[in-house]
Amino acid sequence: MVLAERFLFQGFQMLLVLALAPLLTGIVRKLKARLTRRRGASIFQPYRDLFRLMRKEAVIADNASWIFRSAPYLIFAATWVAAALTPTFRTGLMFSWSADLIVIVALLGSARFFLALAGMDVGTAFGGIGSSREMMIAAFAEPAMLLAVFTVALVAGSTELSNVAAFMRSDAVGLRVSLALAMFALIMVAIAENARIPVDNPATHLELTMVHEAMVLEYSGRHLAMIEFASFLKLLLYVSLIGAVFVPWGLAEDGAGAMRNALGVLLYLGKLIAAACLLALFETATAKMRVFRVPDYLGAALMLGFLGALLLFAGGRF
Amino acid sequence: MPSLIDLAFSGAGLTAKARPWPHAVIDREAWTFAAGELAAGRWSLCALWGEPRAAQMALRDESSNEIGIFTLPCPDNRFPSIGRVHAPAIRLERAMQDLWGLTPENAPDARPWLDHGKWGDGAHEAACKYDFLKADGENLHQVAVGPVHAGTIEPGHFRFTASGETVVRLEERLGYAHKGVEKLMIGANLAAGLALAERISGDSTVAYGIAYCRAVEAALELQPPPRAEWLRALALEMERVANHLGDFGAICNDAAFSLIHAHCAMLREEVLRAAEAAFGGRLMRGVVIPGGVRSTQTAGALEGIRELADRIDRRLDLLYETYEETSSLQDRTAATGRVSTALVARFAAGGFVGRASGRAYDARKAHPFPPYDSLSFETPVLSAGDVDARVRIRVLEIRQSLMLIRQIILGLPGGRQHVDAPTVSEQRVGAAIVEGFRGDIFASVRLSPDGKIERCHMRDPSWFQWPLLEAAVEGNIIADFPLCNKSFNCSYSGHDL
Repeated sequence: MVLAERFLFQGFQMLLVLALAPLLTGIVRKLKARLTRRRGASIFQPYRDLFRLMRKEAVIADNASWIFRSAPYLIFAATWVAAALTPTFRTGLMFSWSADLIVIVALLGSARFFLALAGMDVGTAFGGIGSSREMMIAAFAEPAMLLAVFTVALVAGSTELSNVAAFMRSDAVGLRVSLALAMFALIMVAIAENARIPVDNPATHLELTMVHEAMVLEYSGRHLAMIEFASFLKLLLYVSLIGAVFVPWGLAEDGAGAMRNALGVLLYLGKLIAAACLLALFETATAKMRVFRVPDYLGAALMLGFLGALLLFAGGRF
Repeated sequence: MPSLIDLAFSGAGLTAKARPWPHAVIDREAWTFAAGELAAGRWSLCALWGEPRAAQMALRDESSNEIGIFTLPCPDNRFPSIGRVHAPAIRLERAMQDLWGLTPENAPDARPWLDHGKWGDGAHEAACKYDFLKADGENLHQVAVGPVHAGTIEPGHFRFTASGETVVRLEERLGYAHKGVEKLMIGANLAAGLALAERISGDSTVAYGIAYCRAVEAALELQPPPRAEWLRALALEMERVANHLGDFGAICNDAAFSLIHAHCAMLREEVLRAAEAAFGGRLMRGVVIPGGVRSTQTAGALEGIRELADRIDRRLDLLYETYEETSSLQDRTAATGRVSTALVARFAAGGFVGRASGRAYDARKAHPFPPYDSLSFETPVLSAGDVDARVRIRVLEIRQSLMLIRQIILGLPGGRQHVDAPTVSEQRVGAAIVEGFRGDIFASVRLSPDGKIERCHMRDPSWFQWPLLEAAVEGNIIADFPLCNKSFNCSYSGHDL
């Protein structure tokens, strides 16, 4: 019975992230438009974009290899799995045991690997530029993320997200400097990883400044839809992750009743909207940084994560 | 130091019917002498253009603001290259070769420029094969951008040679927007010529219109009524404000700072609507006509412009403050895309490109025509020469233009707005320089005895700004090119003719 319930909830979460991911991006876009006194497209526009792209013909360069054709599906699959493993409204799902922070980092790393390969596959200058910039960012972002993860794992005594979330809700946590540092590090990494301002501009038309967009410039039709969907999912994943680890209140526990689960979903929606507001505000108030400032920025995230881990070793209850 | 007038008297003497500046036919020796003076930096090149069997050059004496126009007859369609000693002339000479078949002797760059080989048969296309300049070194790679871009912008090809992200060399390839304006002008009547002139670069409709009309009026010795001249100035300043506002926002948007962009877009829209209310067109096309101005402004519309000027002044202060206080934005613009003062002086680059690098030239001051000779305004000059300086110059110029707009509306004289062009049954030559929002637009018109246009050349300020963009980008990173490019905002259409 418990197993069936966990299975059901796992399935529900997989569909939930799929259903909500475009909405989150739609809300961010709408808010950004309103903040710059534009009317903006409907918050449901990303869904329409996906449907439109799915219906369209996929134009593929003559010299594209199988990597180019298969990368969108691999990227989408890896990101979807990662997003479905991250606790959203409830802990104790079928595959919670595998929802390890390091697994999620690895899944996202694989998705990135394929995207960078696909960017270089056709051999256009922009794809190459995008891939090389993406890899430069990744080289700094991944260690920073891992250090933040370590800090959290050291405090919680586990890298399994369900356990971490459960621990964070308990009284044993208290107020810790190291966790605050880890949170800031994770937020900074999240901004870089999701190609948001100030690291990248998701709305740019300037091919020379693109990072993520430059890699996917050659994609069209259903392939582009897969990649776009993956990036929606990635944003949702990071919001869920930061929510589950640092703002875990409202997460329904294993075996909780229907009401608690419904409340969990509502609170999760609230968290998404709050995150969308913060992201839109932040993006409106900053300019994009120079490409070569990105290592400085991610270096700061790395140092924050490092400091957090170090403080834990230095002793006591920091 | 020889003055321009000495050069004019060296040959066969002055052409009688040329206004407002002296126009002389000179020989090859004097032509070569002028090239030497240009190279020495004593004179600056204002324009260089051709026609079958003649090369024409307009020179300016930087110290006295004198202008002289010189014609070199070239019976064999060859002329001594100016570009050989004075780099700013190189692209102009390449265009002369493409458009008029004039060959510059010993030219440093014999490649075609506007002609991409599409005007003839396959053999012609093969002859126009274009080799980009080489850059040698280890680990260099090329990035080709355009002519079709990811955004909706004009076509131009940019070839970067980069070492990693750092640009070692940028080479522009323009000419994709060639429309054959110069050829269409030949034989056109005055109204058709105006329509063509206004369309050379659509964002400078009024500036081109005034330049064309002033050149025609100079040739016909036609004096437009004072009210017409004041209304022209009003339209010109409104065009400047609208374009500078657009640029200010667009530069910030290229640094992904959409807040200023959104507000500037709104202000620009208000200017365009005010222009529509007062002049009957958002871009004020067809307002300036030879002999005056064609529009009917109500007092309400003019009062609306004055109120708008006050409103923009207030809002602009806030936007400028935001620009200055957003450190992430300053980080992008300051010290990016520097152009040296020496280079700007050599190319005699006008507009914000020149004034951001310490060149104070402003055609409204240097060659004033009414009402600018009786209005008070300043020409802002900065010396940093970076993207930031070009943004600041624009904002400072908007303020000056708003001040001018208020003065014009307060002092607007009454009376007629238009006088008819007289018919003259002889060949006439006229020229004009007008300060558009990008810089000084030079116009030269020769009218045939039957009142048609025999030859009309209009030199866009971008001719002397595009080459500086190549210099500005060098040593910057590829990702900063869009920012540098937008801070120059050169015209493709005006340059490609």
